[in-house]
Amino acid sequence: MTGAQIAARASRSVIPRAAGRDRAFAGFFRALMLGAVGISILALGTLLFDVARDGVPKLSVDFVGSFPSRIIPSNSGIESAIYGTLWLMVVCAVIVVPLGIATAVYLEEYADRTKWWNRMVEVNIQNLAAVPSVVYGILGLAFIVRGPLSLGRTVLAGGITLALLVLPVVIIVAREAIRSVPSSIREAALALGATQWQTIWKQVLPGSIAGIATGVILALSRAIGETAPLLVIGAAVSPRFNPDGLGSAFTALPIQIFAWTQDKDREFVDLAAAAILVMMLALLLMNSVAIFLRNRYEQKW
Amino acid sequence: MADYATAVSAGATGRRTSLVRRPSGRSRFEGAIKALLFAAAAVSILTTIAIVISLLSETIAFFGDVPIGDYLFGTKWTPQFAGDQQSFGVLPLIWGTLYLTGIGLLVAIPVGILSGIYLAEFAPRRVRKVVKPLLELLAGVPTIVFGYFALTFFTPEVLRGALGLGVNQFNALSAGIILGVLVVPTIATLVEDAMAAVPQSLREGSAGLGANRVQTAVRVVFPAALSGIVAALVLGASRAIGETVIILIAGGQTANLSLNPTESYQSMAAFIAATARGDIPTGSIEYETIFVVGMTLFVFTLVLNMISIRLVRRYRQVYE
Amino acid sequence: MRKKLLMTLAVSGALAFGVVACGNDDESGNGAAASDGGGELRGTIAIDGSSTVAPFAEAAAELFNEENPGVKVTVGTSGTGGGFEKFCAAETDISDASRPIKDDEEAPLCKKAGVSYTEVQVANDGIAIATNKELAVDCLTTDQLKQVWNKGSKVGSLADVKGDLPDTELSLYGPGTDSGTFDFFTDEINGEEGVSREDYEASEDDNQLVTGVSGDEGGFGYFGFSYYEAAADKLNLVGVDSGDGNCVKPSVETIQGGSYKPLSRPLFMYPSAKAMQRPEVKAFMAFVVGQAPQIAEAAKIVPLTGEQTSLAKDELAKAESGT
Repeated sequence: MTGAQIAARASRSVIPRAAGRDRAFAGFFRALMLGAVGISILALGTLLFDVARDGVPKLSVDFVGSFPSRIIPSNSGIESAIYGTLWLMVVCAVIVVPLGIATAVYLEEYADRTKWWNRMVEVNIQNLAAVPSVVYGILGLAFIVRGPLSLGRTVLAGGITLALLVLPVVIIVAREAIRSVPSSIREAALALGATQWQTIWKQVLPGSIAGIATGVILALSRAIGETAPLLVIGAAVSPRFNPDGLGSAFTALPIQIFAWTQDKDREFVDLAAAAILVMMLALLLMNSVAIFLRNRYEQKW
Repeated sequence: MADYATAVSAGATGRRTSLVRRPSGRSRFEGAIKALLFAAAAVSILTTIAIVISLLSETIAFFGDVPIGDYLFGTKWTPQFAGDQQSFGVLPLIWGTLYLTGIGLLVAIPVGILSGIYLAEFAPRRVRKVVKPLLELLAGVPTIVFGYFALTFFTPEVLRGALGLGVNQFNALSAGIILGVLVVPTIATLVEDAMAAVPQSLREGSAGLGANRVQTAVRVVFPAALSGIVAALVLGASRAIGETVIILIAGGQTANLSLNPTESYQSMAAFIAATARGDIPTGSIEYETIFVVGMTLFVFTLVLNMISIRLVRRYRQVYE
Repeated sequence: MRKKLLMTLAVSGALAFGVVACGNDDESGNGAAASDGGGELRGTIAIDGSSTVAPFAEAAAELFNEENPGVKVTVGTSGTGGGFEKFCAAETDISDASRPIKDDEEAPLCKKAGVSYTEVQVANDGIAIATNKELAVDCLTTDQLKQVWNKGSKVGSLADVKGDLPDTELSLYGPGTDSGTFDFFTDEINGEEGVSREDYEASEDDNQLVTGVSGDEGGFGYFGFSYYEAAADKLNLVGVDSGDGNCVKPSVETIQGGSYKPLSRPLFMYPSAKAMQRPEVKAFMAFVVGQAPQIAEAAKIVPLTGEQTSLAKDELAKAESGT
């Protein structure tokens, strides 16, 4: 029995039981809570049902393998959107994984927390995590698409923008993973004569890699669903080609969904639902992989 | 000092060695690693600097053309018109943002808090195993899907169909409520964390005094976790304020300063996304409006975030 | 065990990379019976401008791709005005426009930047006045339209304009100020370009306008005729009386014939001279002009008349020969 249950039982023998009114309120409150949880589940269920109802009839192998068509809407597909999303993910991951892990390692292993600049970095990351995604889009437009980097409306620009967006998340998750490695491991390594970097590279990082990988996958799955920053930097709408390099124009699943949702032709709206299903499937897959990794490889210290 | 040491050692061993250690290849390597890692960490600082610079420079250019008083206190937002019909009063956008967030929080606060309390204090393990992943699933749904849902289902079939309300095609009620649904998982998980952090001794003490579980949860644990809960609400509000796509799709594109939830409204973030689209020529006043509104939005969320950090720090202190 | 994990991650990462890198070799377009003819043309063509012309440009790109899959065409919808701004900044190759380029503002800008162009009419269009299906009104005069849409108008329902019309509160929808449709409508109806009431739901995206008008009980809006046609079963089309007592509704015949006044207009594409020097752009424009009626049909836009088609071909020939 829990401590609270023991205490409750003890109290009942000494203090009179709760009055009827208290019990009525308790019952009422429980109903409220269940109602709240019920609303959340209902919302999720209705949403999935609506998307499935509109989208399932449109799902087919052709859908995944064709380009958007203006002439015959029912021939439209999401191939360019899928490839665009994949390209963006690769660019984003290539940037965010080393940068995120390096920053997390620095903050956890090297940074002297009494120094003001290290504290500033920490607070700064927390703030960046809360900046709306549309502001990252503005950053991308002003600095990456135009301005200093002037990369144009290309895959590379999109990937960098998304990388900056999810970098704070990766840093925070990686820090937690690194922190979960007990200090005894570090101390033992150092006592055996390893340098700090050797300790990190051979003991701390391998020990936290499962947590880091989980976090990276979750961050990438967040980046996949982002619409606003890509809208602002100018992703193409309904292109009939796949990106063929970092300097290519691109689209992405959320952008294609956005364009089709607003089309006057109901046909395209239903196609948007089908594209949503594909995107959610991809997200489900990624999240399952992340959870699998966490369960299978998580170090229990 | 180094010379003395060299001299002494030379005298002792007959060879010139130094008692003072010079950096070996290994420690130079270690030093380089540390510098590299710090450079990585500096990227985050550079990001913030870049955000501030990009917002600030165009904002300043904007206020060269439009007086700051007109912007902050004007009630008409019609940047796209020409001549004397053009007006840059940002209040309708700020109001739209707050109004939609308000409707959203009206839904998200009760549902989120009650769900959080349930998960923390009442849910049996089997129920928790189902509900928690469902909430995480809801949290992982991209906002575009919510936007789709609001436009194609919630407005026509729920608001107009089931409830029979005479709302516009793009209206604040739909966008606001769906915005609330978006924010519920954020609030629920943070409230649950805050309540779970309250020491068990408080619950035991309360039970010992004869309170039932609901009374314990509501009168003892909840107030004890209050800072964390308020931080959760502030974070939820911040998330709602920065949300773009739902409002863009379902809320409409009219900058509106009234109180009618059946009409269309525009938020700051939605305005930015609607106007920007990578197309706008650099240097035009339209281009500058994106940055000015972006700066306003950035300041809003920054302030909210700092408030929530303070609150979290305060509630952590109470128990550590 | 850790080695296995790292291996798994590395392999999946490499797989993703491989899919992305190799995936572009298969050009799986729609119904592509790619003949060898123009198959070697490669390049990117950037088109931007009017959202009324955009469906035409998209359909043209799609049909062009059947013979020339190596040419990538992007079509943007910044509005006629926005399109010209980018065109004159040499950011796009072809500008879509639902009105001619402005001689006083835009043409000089292009001239200053050294961008020369050709004006090619590619289709016809009418601005459709549409209301929600519940808001039954059959005909409005241009004066009545002006009363509703003019600057400073306080008209809240059609009954304010004419007593026997429904008194449902109006939900106004119209294009934004970057739109050629906006320029044209305000010029023809309100008497001066750019002059309009402000309290309507403005969007550069005609799709949003259609959704809005068809959704709101008092929906009332104006947009390109092709956008009406695509949603005809959800909207009520209003005939326009230009003052001669004839109520004319827009249709392919009335627009081509000119009896739908004053809201009929030509649609243009402006290729820049510099872009025309590239073989893929030249081929594309030749295709557009040669197949203009077919493309317009595919895009559900009012096509050129025979006479207009030969005029367009002449214009293009002049451009190619450099005059």
